[in-house]
Amino acid sequence: MNETAKSYDRMVKKASPGTKSGKTIPSAFCIGGLICLLGQALINIYEHYGAASEQAHIYTLLTLIFISSLLTGFGVYNNIAKYAGAGTLVPITGFANAIAAPAIEFKTEGFIIGIGTKMFAVAGPVIVYGISASILYGIVIYVFGLH
Amino acid sequence: MEYLKAFIIGGLICAIGQILIDYTKLTAARILVMFVITGLILGGLGWYKPFIDWAGAGAVVPITGFGSALAKGVKQAIEQKGPLGILTGGITGTAAGISAAMFFGMIAAVLSKPGEK
Repeated sequence: MNETAKSYDRMVKKASPGTKSGKTIPSAFCIGGLICLLGQALINIYEHYGAASEQAHIYTLLTLIFISSLLTGFGVYNNIAKYAGAGTLVPITGFANAIAAPAIEFKTEGFIIGIGTKMFAVAGPVIVYGISASILYGIVIYVFGLH
Repeated sequence: MEYLKAFIIGGLICAIGQILIDYTKLTAARILVMFVITGLILGGLGWYKPFIDWAGAGAVVPITGFGSALAKGVKQAIEQKGPLGILTGGITGTAAGISAAMFFGMIAAVLSKPGEK
């Protein structure tokens, strides 16, 4: 039984289109890298104009979020994402896109149920589990006096 | 040099995400959650800050940086407000990013034609 399962796996592998990882991983690397390169340029610009390092980081993230929302609004971001895969998902721009894209797509369902609800289809779990994990972390460092 | 570091490190973190997309059945939301939790753990251990100092935007821009900001926010809030900080720190530390993404996303949705992505 196990043997047939294995050979079936092999058949599936042969029949399914080959993983395009040879293409997808380099393009995720390049486009993700370019977004971070842009981020570095922004950090340097904000620091040049006198922002402290931490502030410069926040302004940079806000700028990237703004650009991403704008490009998502024009339908450009999702076109890039087709080629970039994780390259446009993993940077903070992907988070902004995950909020803006469903908000735009479900606008037809109205401002409350459409935009207001659907914008958290992907970002919601990120916020829920991120904040929850941060609370657990807070309990641990508070109880053990690690803060 | 810092540009090269930002490009390579940021690119590598995205490549890890792409490997997860290609070789697992994880959805985008799950991958983002994993990266945020990873960043939070690294931040909590005190490893993410030196990573940011070294890699610059390569560490700040990926969503793992969001996770480390959660940890940093909690730590700072507990120092300032005591146990209340356990609850307030996470959102405080990431308030700018979450608010901006929500607000710009809302504006983008209001201004675009529905059905477009």
